[in-house]
Amino acid sequence: MKVTLFATCLVDLFQSNVGKATVELLERLGCEIDFPESQVCCGQPAYNSGYVKESKEAMKQMIDTFMDAEYVVSPSGSCAFMFHEYPHIFKGDPVWEPKAKKLAEKTFELTQFIVEVLKIEDVGAKFEANVTYHTSCHMTRLLGVKKAPMILLKNVKGLKFTELPGKEQCCGFGGTFSVKMSQISEQMVDEKVCHIEETEAEYLIGADAGCLINIGGRIERIGKPIKVLHIAEVLNCL
Amino acid sequence: MAMKIGTDQFKERVDKGIHNSFMRGAVAGAQDGMGIKRRLATEELGNWEDWRSHGEEIRQHVLKYLDYYLEQLSENVAKRGGHVFFAQTKEEASGYIRSIVQKKNAKKIVKSKSMVTEEISLNAVLEKEGCEVIETDLGEYILQVDDHDPPSHIVVPALHKNKEQIRDVFKEKLGYTKTSKPEELAAHAREMLRKEYLSADIGITGCNFAIAETGSFSLVTNEGNADLVTALPKTQITVMGMERIVPTFEEMEVLVSLLTRSAVGQKLTSYITVLTGPREELDVDGPEEFHLVIVDNGRSNILGGEFQAVLQCIRCAACINVCPVYRHVGGHSYGSIYSGPIGAVLSPLLGGYDEYKELPYASTLCGACTEVCPVKIPLHNLLHKHREIIVEKEGKAPISEKLAMKAFGLGAASPTLYKLGTKMAPAAMNPFTVGDKISKGPGPLKAWTEIREFPAPNKERFRDWFKNRDKGGK
Repeated sequence: MKVTLFATCLVDLFQSNVGKATVELLERLGCEIDFPESQVCCGQPAYNSGYVKESKEAMKQMIDTFMDAEYVVSPSGSCAFMFHEYPHIFKGDPVWEPKAKKLAEKTFELTQFIVEVLKIEDVGAKFEANVTYHTSCHMTRLLGVKKAPMILLKNVKGLKFTELPGKEQCCGFGGTFSVKMSQISEQMVDEKVCHIEETEAEYLIGADAGCLINIGGRIERIGKPIKVLHIAEVLNCL
Repeated sequence: MAMKIGTDQFKERVDKGIHNSFMRGAVAGAQDGMGIKRRLATEELGNWEDWRSHGEEIRQHVLKYLDYYLEQLSENVAKRGGHVFFAQTKEEASGYIRSIVQKKNAKKIVKSKSMVTEEISLNAVLEKEGCEVIETDLGEYILQVDDHDPPSHIVVPALHKNKEQIRDVFKEKLGYTKTSKPEELAAHAREMLRKEYLSADIGITGCNFAIAETGSFSLVTNEGNADLVTALPKTQITVMGMERIVPTFEEMEVLVSLLTRSAVGQKLTSYITVLTGPREELDVDGPEEFHLVIVDNGRSNILGGEFQAVLQCIRCAACINVCPVYRHVGGHSYGSIYSGPIGAVLSPLLGGYDEYKELPYASTLCGACTEVCPVKIPLHNLLHKHREIIVEKEGKAPISEKLAMKAFGLGAASPTLYKLGTKMAPAAMNPFTVGDKISKGPGPLKAWTEIREFPAPNKERFRDWFKNRDKGGK
């Protein structure tokens, strides 16, 4: 199966390990990976801050980039959801709305793609550690992907899973919220870190680089012995 | 009290909220407790999503035909001997009520809980007239006794106070001598309030839903105070936001069910009271005179526009009870009697962007509010809509941000520029990078790194790795 990777700007620039793990994992599951070089950012930071005009330029670039893809897969629920928002954002635009619809229909978040399209629930991974999982808001609430990451994690050999208390609560990232309202963001991420500590997990796993950079950055600053991994990295461990 | 509360700027309010550990403990406890109750009460129905859709449909239908239902309602209230007054502004609304007070030469007024009367600053207007205005909802009563402390929640107005603080207020202001046990505190308030009902000249209530077909209005309470407010004084005035209508009892039943389950996790509240017009010949109690004041105060400007969905609101506060921002800053940080996500959408619409321009940004757009709203208001989308207007129409965004976003637009639209920018990132960030992290970042990263580390850009971008790997025959 041919998969066109939408790596996301955060992964491209700051978390290349997540991109690598995603490629290796999908190849192991029998996919052929393509990465179009003309991909940029999905436009979410500008869009969510209210700069709709500016963000639309990025969106058009992305729509054109992925036009010929069969499946678009992203290791981020939030960015994949952004592609799903494009048809609403371009509503009424005779040129871009239909194109945006096509893109949305073939775009999947990584774990969603593995479970729903590839129909694989056990990727054969092995990861011996105590872990907990952060359910990111955009992926669960807006994209509606709740079960896929849980199904995949529960089938990882050696993995001991503890549910995160208050898991449905936002970690305080929120894109530019984290800098515009940094004082409030700090309180939110602190509560999240407390909950993670309560689980006594060695690893916090998540499926969105934004949340993980936020939570991980706070964990590092206050010096907690908890490691942060993207779910692609865990599923790629053999 | 008006819609606006306090004189502090947004940042000061937030700072005070965050440093108020009593309030934060109370809010977090209440959110967690009410969250569980709401979840149980909604899951119990088995088809909550169908209920939500039904609620949305009813509210949208009413808003679409609001002129028709308002006319039907006022005709039916008049038929039953009530008086109806349409107030376009808050001044018109409070002015009309003041005129009744003057006509009746009223000295004492008892009130049941009503947000719209807060919105129109009714108590202040009537107190200026020399009236004693007594709030009878326990939460509102506590706040009133505590030198008019503003409400911090639309359903649980004294949520920010714990029982020890309430005991202290009662001790200081009412000569209370007992413990902080809720039962004892409530019993004391009850005793104090009972004599007020009996001697009040006018009773004022809010309105959960007015029923157009019969000219009735409903009140949803747990304390029974609204029943005394409406049964004992000779004159009754009910104040409602113009959108709070249902066509018939059938729709009221659906909305009350959505309201009580979403607000307090109850199947029904202790009292659901429906009243129609003044006392009739064979009635044993009820007012001799009934006035319904229907308040616009900016609502008709919202109607028909891109924010119309906010008028679907049935004031259950479920969005407030799940909001992670409200959880840490509390209700007073919003600077409006309408707090939380619904307040962040509604306050700028009713009170203007000058006063409330920060509120739409006090959200991570996590969508928790939208997910729980029993009438499916897309709250986080409306918050985003505000941001769009603030940036593009109101021009109220900071210059530095505008420039950054313009650069973003240019960079993101051009793969060449984008590639160049990301390639240069490690070098640009080099002066700030120690090891693989940035602890003191420049520009927008400064606020980030004040509280957390930021990862340094990877020396080899993912795209470089992928390309090189391809070249090497994988």
